[in-house]
Amino acid sequence: MSATQAARGPYSDVIRERWRRPRFRGELPGAGAVAEDVNPLCGDRVRLMLALEGERVSAARFVGDSCAICAASADVLAELVVGRSRAEALRVEAADLLAVLQADIRPTRMRCVTLPLSVLATALNGKR
Amino acid sequence: MRLDELTRPDFPILERVVNGHPLVYLDSAASSQRPRTVIEAMSQYYARSHANVHRSIHTLGEEATELYEAARDRVQRFIGAQHREEVIFTRGTTDGLGLLAETIGRTLRAGDEVLITELEHHSNIVPWQLATRDRGAVLKAVPLGDDGTLDLEAFERLLTRRTRVVAFAHVSNVLGTINPVARMCARARQAGAFSVVDGAQAAPHLSLDMGALDCDFYAFSAHKMLGPTGIGVLYGRREVLEALEPGRGGSEMIKEVWIDRAQWNDLPWRFEPGTPPIAEAVGLSAAIEYLEKLGMDAVAEHERALTRQTLEGLAAIPGVRVYGPPASEARGAVVAFSVEGLHPHDVAALLDAEGIAVRAGHHCAMPLMRRLGVVGTSRASFSVFNSPEEVRHLLAAVGELRTAL
Repeated sequence: MSATQAARGPYSDVIRERWRRPRFRGELPGAGAVAEDVNPLCGDRVRLMLALEGERVSAARFVGDSCAICAASADVLAELVVGRSRAEALRVEAADLLAVLQADIRPTRMRCVTLPLSVLATALNGKR
Repeated sequence: MRLDELTRPDFPILERVVNGHPLVYLDSAASSQRPRTVIEAMSQYYARSHANVHRSIHTLGEEATELYEAARDRVQRFIGAQHREEVIFTRGTTDGLGLLAETIGRTLRAGDEVLITELEHHSNIVPWQLATRDRGAVLKAVPLGDDGTLDLEAFERLLTRRTRVVAFAHVSNVLGTINPVARMCARARQAGAFSVVDGAQAAPHLSLDMGALDCDFYAFSAHKMLGPTGIGVLYGRREVLEALEPGRGGSEMIKEVWIDRAQWNDLPWRFEPGTPPIAEAVGLSAAIEYLEKLGMDAVAEHERALTRQTLEGLAAIPGVRVYGPPASEARGAVVAFSVEGLHPHDVAALLDAEGIAVRAGHHCAMPLMRRLGVVGTSRASFSVFNSPEEVRHLLAAVGELRTAL
């Protein structure tokens, strides 16, 4: 079994790359909006930290103990929301994340993709 | 002939190709697969004999009743119960344990204690939380030693005159630990407590003898032992069952009903309200027949060899950690493991890409996961149809995992 073969299934190159070298993983001291949630199915835990300048998200970081899909999703989400207004950030949907992740995610793993979204909603006090 | 060579042709699902690979099914602890005889017995029942049991005075009703009650007789022999009325059909282990927690729960008083253990499945934790919560009773748990076995000295300390129920697994669904059932049940009885054994992971793999275990209650599911979903067994010692008021009402469990009261039916029907899972009983009977033909000692020996091979093989892979008692100890047919740097769900998904089905997550044992200090583990588990070649396939695939993501 080569590494490429092994990475079939839900693991696209984007997910593998984001898992190995996340761009937005880490603490964000002084973050103005912070939330954390857990997926009861698998125990995935994601904490999202956002810095706000007025209504605009100026920086985002995440930490967590999760599977590769969830971590990659959080990393992509952090990238997508930076520079957006609070309202725009809340409009990011699973489809936007999937478009970047380029992965074939089955329903059983979809919550791994969407957990960071609900954490974002909580952090921004919005409702999805 | 090896047991897997003998049995594999009987399991149609093993012909499946998954993600381009022949299916390697290592998730029987969650739910096993079924031999053709079980599938056919159930179709045959539906095609020829189905009617409601016990109250239909016509040929089909009589046939269905006969088949349903014959299944009870077969279960009685299989588990070494002294009387047929000690065998209650339920919807599964969870249902059996829930029935007990509800029924015994009504008799709990403030200050009474229920003693469980740290290695229980949620099904043997949460029903007791519900049963104790509203009655001012107290739920306690026997801690687990670092070797993956129960701290029996602590068990002795926690077992007091206040203890009304001692509920624990025969075999841990994560660690594979085999608990000393007979000893713990004897101590429970001396203390005046009911003993309740969760046998979900034992019934498919060990030869059972209720007389030797001498427990008050023993619950298990058909679907983990080559039988259908939707049916399980709750064994209850006759004297204890006779003294218990039923916790659930409905048809079948009564002799006579008035608007304000009812007279209970005889055992075992007193604890079987509503139309029972009849086709499932027929399927369970066929599953037991299949296991008995193989011989439970041969089944246990086969699965023990696969478990040992897996434990030793996984322990030799760098970055892989296995949980539970060492390979030299008697263990159930499960091996929980983790791969450094990989989430259990990623392990399972990567193995699935190779056609290998393992379970990943908390295995419905969150308190145990917390005790082990992990969010979850991956778990391979075995049945009669698994082969040493399949284990080698698993070991090779796990060996590649650390570079896979």
